[in-house]
Amino acid sequence: MSSSSLLSSQSAISHKDKVAALAPDNFTWHGYSALETQWRVERLLSRYVACIDDDALEHWPEFFVAEGCRYEIITRENVERGMPLALVFCNSQGMLVDRIVSLREANIYPQRWYRHIVSNVLIQAVAEDHLEVHSHYVVLQTRRNGQTSIFSAGKYKDRIVFQNGELKFAEKRVVGDTHSIDTLLVSPI
Amino acid sequence: MNAPMAPFAKPWVANPDGYRVPYEVFTDQAYYDQEQEHIFRDETWSFVGLDAELPNKGDFKSTAIGDTPVIVTRDQTGQLHVFKNLCMHRGALLVRESRGNVKSFDCVYHQWSFDLTGALRGVPMRRGVRGEGGMSPAFDMANFGLDALRVEVMNGLIFASFSKSVEPLADYLGEGIVANIQRIFNRPIRIMGDYRQYIHGNWKLYAENTRDPYHGSLLHLFHSTFGLYRATQKGFTYMDPSNRHSLLKATASAAPTSASEDQEVYKNVRSYNTEFHLQDASVLAGRPEFEDRASLVINAIFPNLLIQQIANCLAVRQSVTHAPNAFEIVWTLFGYADDDEEMQMIRMKQSNLVGPAGLISMEDGEAIEIVQDAVIRDGKKTSVLAMGGVHAGSVDHMITEGPIIGFWENYARYLKLGDELKK
Ligand code: FES
Ligand SMILES: [Fe+2]
Repeated sequence: MSSSSLLSSQSAISHKDKVAALAPDNFTWHGYSALETQWRVERLLSRYVACIDDDALEHWPEFFVAEGCRYEIITRENVERGMPLALVFCNSQGMLVDRIVSLREANIYPQRWYRHIVSNVLIQAVAEDHLEVHSHYVVLQTRRNGQTSIFSAGKYKDRIVFQNGELKFAEKRVVGDTHSIDTLLVSPI
Repeated sequence: MNAPMAPFAKPWVANPDGYRVPYEVFTDQAYYDQEQEHIFRDETWSFVGLDAELPNKGDFKSTAIGDTPVIVTRDQTGQLHVFKNLCMHRGALLVRESRGNVKSFDCVYHQWSFDLTGALRGVPMRRGVRGEGGMSPAFDMANFGLDALRVEVMNGLIFASFSKSVEPLADYLGEGIVANIQRIFNRPIRIMGDYRQYIHGNWKLYAENTRDPYHGSLLHLFHSTFGLYRATQKGFTYMDPSNRHSLLKATASAAPTSASEDQEVYKNVRSYNTEFHLQDASVLAGRPEFEDRASLVINAIFPNLLIQQIANCLAVRQSVTHAPNAFEIVWTLFGYADDDEEMQMIRMKQSNLVGPAGLISMEDGEAIEIVQDAVIRDGKKTSVLAMGGVHAGSVDHMITEGPIIGFWENYARYLKLGDELKK
């Protein structure tokens, strides 16, 4: 069987990644050097995953801009088929807050702990008002029996803006290689 | 087994205080193996996909009926076929991708080639090499076509059966279920994508769960937490004449109930309050799109399909079994091809409600696993199904476990459990 069928499907993201130019070595963004911008982006990502892993979820929505943010957890499987369906799809900060209130007050789910590992943080593009940043993530999940497994692996595709002296996510697209969800997904990634 | 349904002795006797099912059905490999042969590979119709997944000639997808791998494909004349995903030479998986488009199915092992109708078209070195080797003269390619299943398509839903004698699909489903399929699949659909949810539990716990209107407002607390649900809303429970399939239906436009009645119903429920409000209620915003104005339709079809309409959130859910303690739900969400942009966004937002991360559905995964974990060494102990009277059948309310009893009566009949259970 020819594999051309799979390569020719609408896999906009994976193809774009292969050829995407990185941002130049030297740029300034809101007065920050390339090096400092990289450091601030990595610090944002570290704080973001610490917020989730340390169960400070009430603060999680604050990592996003107040107006018109977008947060999605989508599988690579759907992306490569050119399909929009996401596991989680929020296009307002209010929807992020509702997710957390639901998790705390309404949803029933197994006791488990997340541990995010983020690496390969690459600033792909620098624009006046935003950065495009890609990074890799792995979420380890430890369940009540004490065993740890990989819950999800994939890529963060972020649009980061500078707002009131801080970096915020205008858009965070979590593209999971893991397309079979182990039991259920309740926490953000 | 004869079709139509013959009356049969109920092996798991319904006592006045409840219908009882031994937990070993969820844990025992022997039951699992019997189910594969006598349910999934016998006189049933299993859902294998939507024809909108295979719009073009040569499109294929791989999936499974029970745990038997199968290929669904559209041939060069537009005809749909379902084959075992099993090379006729020495048993390799013929298709190793989830989806694609091909002109022929070529096994990678020795490159036997099958056309899209399943006929064997090519065997490399069939006549040998330089006069040496080659297939036996008695070997006839015509005898080695792919194992084909019976296929029927109803309003774009593709069903397949291993059985030559199972009744036609429309008879198997019955009029009421056919009517619901026609209601939801009333015009061309647009597929939004899939979710896959791997559950460490037995597939029949999900068959029970989807035939169980009792748990809806008790396990799933999203609506009650945000002060949105009315357990007192009007609904009914329909079962087809064979009691294999069920349809749970609730209407939002039921007679308004009083706050005090709701409080009475919920007085023993963990969470019913008006303290919490959605910051962004657009997740629930929708448009009425069905004449009956049903807000919820959960249509379980024996053995492996569920069709759902929750507000504007439309989906099919296919169960794929892996082991007595493992199965997967493949959710395919869809809208209609003629949805305008606003409607597409409505469906995207409502999709937050369902699936493995669904605000009103994620709990089902947990409910199944906590049963599976608990019953592991108590195979002879039984559950008790007594809500709504101890019998299957249609009723004009949703406070019942009747559809679950219907499932088990049929399960026992397919597995011919009458004698065995008395052991
Ligand atoms: S096993 Fe498929 S060609 Fe040999
Ligand atoms: Fe449920």
